[in-house]
Amino acid sequence: MSLLVGLFFAIGTYLILTKSLLRIILGTSIISHGVHLLILTMGGLKTGGPPLLGLQDLPFTDALPQALILTAIVINFATTALFLVLSYRAYKVLGTDDTDQMRGNHDE
Amino acid sequence: MKEPNDIILHAVIKVAVVIILTFSINLFFSGHHNPGGGFIGGLGFSAALTLLFLAFDIETVRQNIPVDFKVLTAIGVLIAVFTGVGGIVFGEPFLTQAFDYFDIPVFGKTELATAVLFDVGVALAVIGTSMSIILSIGDDH
Amino acid sequence: MNNLIIMPIIIPLIAGMVMVIFRRNLKLHKILSLIALSGSGIIAVKLMGENKNDGIQTLHLGDWKPPFGVSMVADMFSSMMLLITSIVAVCCLLYAFRSIGEERESHYFYPLFLFLITGVNGSFITGDLFNLFVCFEVMLISSYVLISLGGTKVQLRESIKYVLTNIISSFLFLVAIAYIYAITGTLNFAHLSVRVAETGQSGLLTIISILLLVIFSLKAALFLFFWLPGSYSAPPTAVAAVFAALLTKVGIYAIFRLFTLVFYHEPKVTHLLIGILGAATMILGAIGAVAHWDIKNILAYNVIIGVGFIIAGLASFSIEGLTGSVYYMIHDIIVKALIFLLGGTIISLTGTGKLKDMSGLIRNHPYLGWMFFIAALSLAGIPPLSGFLGKVFITQGTFEAGYFWLGAIGLLTSLMALYSVIKIFMNCFWGETFLSEEMESGTTKGVMFPIACLSLLTILLGLGAEGISAYTQLAVQTLMNPEIYIQAVFGGETAP
Repeated sequence: MSLLVGLFFAIGTYLILTKSLLRIILGTSIISHGVHLLILTMGGLKTGGPPLLGLQDLPFTDALPQALILTAIVINFATTALFLVLSYRAYKVLGTDDTDQMRGNHDE
Repeated sequence: MKEPNDIILHAVIKVAVVIILTFSINLFFSGHHNPGGGFIGGLGFSAALTLLFLAFDIETVRQNIPVDFKVLTAIGVLIAVFTGVGGIVFGEPFLTQAFDYFDIPVFGKTELATAVLFDVGVALAVIGTSMSIILSIGDDH
Repeated sequence: MNNLIIMPIIIPLIAGMVMVIFRRNLKLHKILSLIALSGSGIIAVKLMGENKNDGIQTLHLGDWKPPFGVSMVADMFSSMMLLITSIVAVCCLLYAFRSIGEERESHYFYPLFLFLITGVNGSFITGDLFNLFVCFEVMLISSYVLISLGGTKVQLRESIKYVLTNIISSFLFLVAIAYIYAITGTLNFAHLSVRVAETGQSGLLTIISILLLVIFSLKAALFLFFWLPGSYSAPPTAVAAVFAALLTKVGIYAIFRLFTLVFYHEPKVTHLLIGILGAATMILGAIGAVAHWDIKNILAYNVIIGVGFIIAGLASFSIEGLTGSVYYMIHDIIVKALIFLLGGTIISLTGTGKLKDMSGLIRNHPYLGWMFFIAALSLAGIPPLSGFLGKVFITQGTFEAGYFWLGAIGLLTSLMALYSVIKIFMNCFWGETFLSEEMESGTTKGVMFPIACLSLLTILLGLGAEGISAYTQLAVQTLMNPEIYIQAVFGGETAP
């Protein structure tokens, strides 16, 4: 699991460091998956049943990491959507999705 | 331009959307003691709506479902927040929930909880947000 | 249990949502946003009174006992921050009424502004690390939209950098939360403090605290400030003023909260590092402020100097230093909003941000000129104004802690900050008047009132420092003694 997290982080970092905006967005979402898996791993894997009422005699798992991940997913979903819309607008207005050409100068 | 031939898509989706909507409502109501709830129910609902938008034109669906999804989000969040405020009115901490059992004619003995109201708010907010995101990206010429 | 605490979060939220429903009615937007922000200000005053009389106020959402539920905690420090936030927000809002323009208004400007304040208020009163993350995100997402609203080329370009930087730091924040949860098994601040004190702050925990420091430094523009000058000069004036005044301060607040409440066991490592970062921030910010010839850039670099200086007080980790930091933070929020509004007004008057293209504004705008002068002096900490006391205390604190270099750098950079703003004053207001009133591209009509309010406030804060010293002392007392905070959260019961 930790190896997978590391792999996700590596791929994500590589993608973020590229020039194309779309790749950067993909990179952020891959890193976000890595982060969510990390929270899950850190919370402890497979230690009991589902934390629901009505299932007696079972030690249940800690539900907190899952709640954290759900919240993080929602927030990440919103941010990614916003970032996508933003870079689409930037692409239309600036005419490029290459971060190098986006740099511009001070006299506009 | 030639009209695309998507009879199969139309026919399947007309049936499938009904099934998905029913399932999402089922998910929504099972949320209190079983897996499910407002968030997942809302997502299922918006998945069905997205299918409709895919199969038919955005304009056509807009005419048939004349809802501004941003307003829907706002209403959902307001419902959720006011459920929490209800706790304050009764002198309890914010977001305190209450439940009781009632005898309702058709359903028999039913548990009614304020958490369901909160979940309605969550579901509306989720439907509103996801649909307005999808529409704002998709509805661009 | 005190339900007042949640009010500063839900009042702006409800008002914003109502505005989204009634999208077309812009008059309603203005009135509602004013009511909501003043309302949360009044509640902050009330909270401060309760803090003074009854100590720290807490609220456990849904009556779930800590550490299992989400707690909201309002101690003196956070209540003061809430009050200052509302004051500055109201002033910037009044400025925005006149300057923001119809197009942005109809694209949900006021709701977004309120959501931003929701997030800021939430970050100030949360008692939970994960909730802090959520409030940060609420604040950041609204700031992403506010910074790109309007969609000019510069804005889009800068907002992409800003969004990407903040997304990365949010991921790091989540990583830090995961590690902390794995080691201590809790995320509640008070409970974290107990657990860390029990087990001792091991090397691992120190590393995590430094990771958190990096994250908050990104948000607070402490050392990792490369994104700040660009993105703070892109958006319209009212937005830039709120960002400059509040967003960095939220990061600083988080650093204060964590390093006084939880990670206070290893000051030789963490606090020294904070001091070094603060010193580097001040030096680099001062160099930037002196070197630039563009109003917006100079002001943005001044924000960075202020951040470094506040942090220097924390690095000393003594009562004097922290008192100075609290004073200076209040002062800095007000004065940064003031000077950004002034700078924005100058730019809208002359139509340019370049210092060399303007001169002699004082003939037609004497009040604007003198208020800028007051703000400049206050920024540098000249005695009767509000910056003075904070500077004295912080310098005293650093000297007492033996960090002479830190205090010296602080004084030196405040001199450079003074030079940089006086440079603006001399170039804009003095010299030959070649811009007659007809040639000006904007007016000062209607925007003078919020500016005058803030100027008055900085003078009053300087003169009436005695009056608020009782409140700041209380704030510092809770910051220096984590037991008070822990006691208040757990209500006398022992932590599990």
